[in-house]
Amino acid sequence: MNTIRTLGGIVINSVERLGRASMFLYEVVTGSWELLRRFYLVVQQVYAVGVLTLLIILVSGLFVGMVLGLQGYNTLVKFGSANSLGLLVALSLVRELGPVVTALLFAGRAGSALTAEIGLMKATEQLAGMEMMAVNPVTRLIAPRFLGGVIAMPLLAALFSAIGVLGGHLIGVGLLGVDAGAFWSQMQNGVDFYDDILNGVVKSLVFGVVCTWIAVFEGYDAVPTSEGVASATNRTVVYSSLAVLGLDFVLTALTLGDV
Amino acid sequence: MLKRNTLELWVGLFVAAGILALAMLAFKVGNLTTADVVDGYKIKANFDNVGGLKVKAAVTVAGVRVGRVTGIAFDSNKYQAIVTMDVDGQYKNIPADSTANILTSGLLGDQYIGIEPGGEEVYLKDGDTILRTQSALVLEKLVGQVIFNKASEAEPPK
Repeated sequence: MNTIRTLGGIVINSVERLGRASMFLYEVVTGSWELLRRFYLVVQQVYAVGVLTLLIILVSGLFVGMVLGLQGYNTLVKFGSANSLGLLVALSLVRELGPVVTALLFAGRAGSALTAEIGLMKATEQLAGMEMMAVNPVTRLIAPRFLGGVIAMPLLAALFSAIGVLGGHLIGVGLLGVDAGAFWSQMQNGVDFYDDILNGVVKSLVFGVVCTWIAVFEGYDAVPTSEGVASATNRTVVYSSLAVLGLDFVLTALTLGDV
Repeated sequence: MLKRNTLELWVGLFVAAGILALAMLAFKVGNLTTADVVDGYKIKANFDNVGGLKVKAAVTVAGVRVGRVTGIAFDSNKYQAIVTMDVDGQYKNIPADSTANILTSGLLGDQYIGIEPGGEEVYLKDGDTILRTQSALVLEKLVGQVIFNKASEAEPPK
C-alpha cells in the first residue's frame, strides 16, 4: 500500500514540477520582449554560454570528425567506395552528431554553470533582494540567459559540424589518401541543404530551447542551500542529456516521416 | 566581467564564426552552389519501367548534367511511367530523335537519365516528349535471364 502511495506521490510531484516549469517558460518568453531595449544583457550571456563553450566544442568537433574519417574509411574501403568518405562524414555530422553532441557538451559546460549561478543567487537571497527593489528577476536575470542559450546553440552546432568536416578531411584526404575532389564532390552531391543542413539547424534550435530552459528552471527552483544547488546542477545535466537524446529520436522520426 | 568593448568583440567574433560555419556547410558541404536549372524547359519521356529513379535525379548528355527530373507519374492508359525533366535553358539543341536511358552511376549509385543525342535537326522544345526510351535495368530480370540461358545451355545435345 505504501509503495503505491509513494508511486502516486512521485507522479503528482513530477507533473506539478512540469507544470511549474511550463509556467516559468511562459513567463520567461513573455519577459523576453522587454530585452529588445536592453539587448546588451543578452550579448553578455551569449559571451558566457557561447564564447566560453567554444573551446570544448571546437576540440570535440575536430576529434569527432577525425574519428569518423578513420572509422568510415576502414569500413568503406571494404566495399571499394572510400570516395564516399566525405558524404559519410558530412551526413553523420550535419544530421546527428553536430546537434546532439553539441547539446550534450552544452548541457555539461554551460547548462550546469547557469544552474549553479542562478541557484547561488537564490541561496544568497539576491533574487529576493531584486524583488524588493521592484526589479523582476525573471526579466532581468533569467530571460537574457535563456535567449543567450537559444542564440548560441545553433551557432555552436554549426561550428561543430564545420570543424568536424575539416577533421574528416584532414584524416581522409591528408592521411589516408582519399581523392580530395571525390571527397568534396560526393559530399556536395549527397548532402541536401534543406533536408540535411536545415534539419540539423532546427534540431539544434530545439535543443537550445530545451537545455537552457531546464538549466534556468532548475536554478530558479533550487532549494536555497549548498546541497540544494549541488543537486539542482546535477539534475540539469541528467535531465538535459536525457531530453536531448529522447527529443533527437522524436525529431528524426518527424523529419524522416516514415515511422 | 570583461570590459564592454572586449566582450562585444568576442561575441561578434563568435556570431560571425557561427554564421560563417553555417555558410560553409551550406555552400561547401551542401549542394546549394550547384545553381539549379536556369530558365529551363520541360521535356517528357515515357518509360516501361523507371526502376529506382527519383525526383531530383540528374539528367545528363554525354555525362554532363544538363537538368533534373522534376516529376514521375503513371500513365494509366499506356501503363507506362511519365518522367518530366527540366533541362537548363543553355542546352537547347537536343535532337528530337534522341534516346533517353535510365542508367545507374556505379554499383551502389543513384539512377539518373542519360540522353543519347540523335541525328535529326529538329530540336526538342518545351513540352515535347522523347519517344525513344530505354527502361531501367532490373537486376532480377537480368539474373533470371542468365539463369535461363545457363539452363538451356546445360541441356544435352540431341
